[in-house]
Amino acid sequence: MQKIHNNRAWWLVLPVFLLVAFSALIPLMTVVNYSVQDIFGPGQAFFVGTEWFKEVLGDERLQDSLIRQFMFSGAVLLIQIPLGIGVALMMPKSGIKGSLCLILIAIPLLIPWNVVGTIWQVFARGDIGLFGWGLNELGFDYNYTGNTVDAWLTVLLMDVWHWTPLVALLCYSGLRAIPEAFYQAAEIDRASKWAVFRYIQLPRLKSVLIIAVLLRFMDSFMIYTEPFVLTGGGPGSSTTFLSQTLTTMAIGQFDLGRASAFSLIYFLIVLLISWLFFTAITQDDKEK
Amino acid sequence: MKQSRFKNVGITLFIAFVLTPVYWLLNMSFKTNQEILGGLTLFPRTFTLDNYAVIFSDPSWYNGYLNSMTYVAMNVVITLLVALPAAYAFSRYKFLGDKHLFFWLLSNRMAPPAVFLLPFFQLYSSIGLFDTHIAVALAHCLFTVPLAVWILEGFMKGVPREYDEMAFIDGYSFPRFFIKVFLPMIRSGIGVTAFFTFMFSWVELLLARTLTSVDAQPIGAIMTRTIGASGIDWGVLSAAGALTIIPGILVIWFVRNHVAKGFALGRV
Repeated sequence: MQKIHNNRAWWLVLPVFLLVAFSALIPLMTVVNYSVQDIFGPGQAFFVGTEWFKEVLGDERLQDSLIRQFMFSGAVLLIQIPLGIGVALMMPKSGIKGSLCLILIAIPLLIPWNVVGTIWQVFARGDIGLFGWGLNELGFDYNYTGNTVDAWLTVLLMDVWHWTPLVALLCYSGLRAIPEAFYQAAEIDRASKWAVFRYIQLPRLKSVLIIAVLLRFMDSFMIYTEPFVLTGGGPGSSTTFLSQTLTTMAIGQFDLGRASAFSLIYFLIVLLISWLFFTAITQDDKEK
Repeated sequence: MKQSRFKNVGITLFIAFVLTPVYWLLNMSFKTNQEILGGLTLFPRTFTLDNYAVIFSDPSWYNGYLNSMTYVAMNVVITLLVALPAAYAFSRYKFLGDKHLFFWLLSNRMAPPAVFLLPFFQLYSSIGLFDTHIAVALAHCLFTVPLAVWILEGFMKGVPREYDEMAFIDGYSFPRFFIKVFLPMIRSGIGVTAFFTFMFSWVELLLARTLTSVDAQPIGAIMTRTIGASGIDWGVLSAAGALTIIPGILVIWFVRNHVAKGFALGRV
């Protein structure tokens, strides 16, 4: 659509700008302010420049949790995006069955995140949980509070349970937006199921998939509440992801300078990767 | 026909995967604690509503639900009020800095809440909004508004601008056109946006818990009370968890047709 150049459109955007700026810029500036100072008490702050940043970048605990974080987000995307597309393709197209599927599948999305942790806690425990008890009965030595691998798999399974529905929901909506004529044309051409998927459905899903990938990346990279409730970050620190490391540092140890410097680096990483996704995809569009 | 049976089996399996943990939570919520700890039972032997009675008879429990619903409702209203005109501007006009503004808005969706916890606490304390519903609603706008603008813009792009021009020729003023003509055309979009706004505000706990202490405390924070000196009260915890699912199901019920109608999103 041809857009008209009109700077008066700013008046329409102004409320959003003011609202978000209030909630975003002031706290961000506070974080920047902390990150370059060493604070001992009210009125006793010293400018330390980039000291905290250097310290944080060399901190091994943070590097470990950063690596864990990348592994987790990578696994999340690799599993949830294909699975979500698959589920969306399998969902009934319309009618009462379609609505019912939609509602049932959306349930995990609408559960508060701490309750998600609770659900999986009561589900995966060896003594009272169906999942943990069942695995033990089948002869697997499963214990998510003691074994690192089990803890990892449980957190990952929980996230798949929690968020695959979002991908499925977005894709389902995208699929419904494809006009029937496309399928009819494909039928006349005797296109195979795979060809229909590859050349009709997938390209048409692109816009919703971008949102799905971006949202899943951002949210998995910021995951906090669910593993905190489920495993508390353990055993050891095997499921302690970035947000939790940061929160412990800022609130638990009240180490403001270091936590703020770390916050900024964290924010920049998310921003950079999202920007890369964003440009890679839009670039691809322009070439066509 | 084979294909369709394969699909049915697949979707049934996935739904079973989604529902089993939820069933387990419901199962636990109807059991007594003796039964929960006594051994594994697939359905409650001694069916009890006591766990729910605990919640409904204690104001400090059920106020948690009311608090959560209050700030979520405020958040949805504020988000829609500011996002609708902004999305219209983005979908119809070019203006100074529009692309940068858009990415900046999205970048706030990317800020890890953990980054903002402490500054938020200080900001809202200093303007005297600490422990109020509006504080949580405003804080949640940080991530709901960008998403709402993004989704709405996609829907608005689908409406040809000829409609706008026709309305102006017919003598509609801008506000009247926007409310009487334009909004009804993107009904589905508003429904879908409200759904996502509700969803992300309802499930968030970290900010909500940090910005409240007593009067506006969300249900998620109150649930931690079940962990007492004698261990965790699994029954009440499960009942409280089960009740948090209901508002979400109601909301998806209302918007199911809008989601099923399909949307392809704009901008990218």
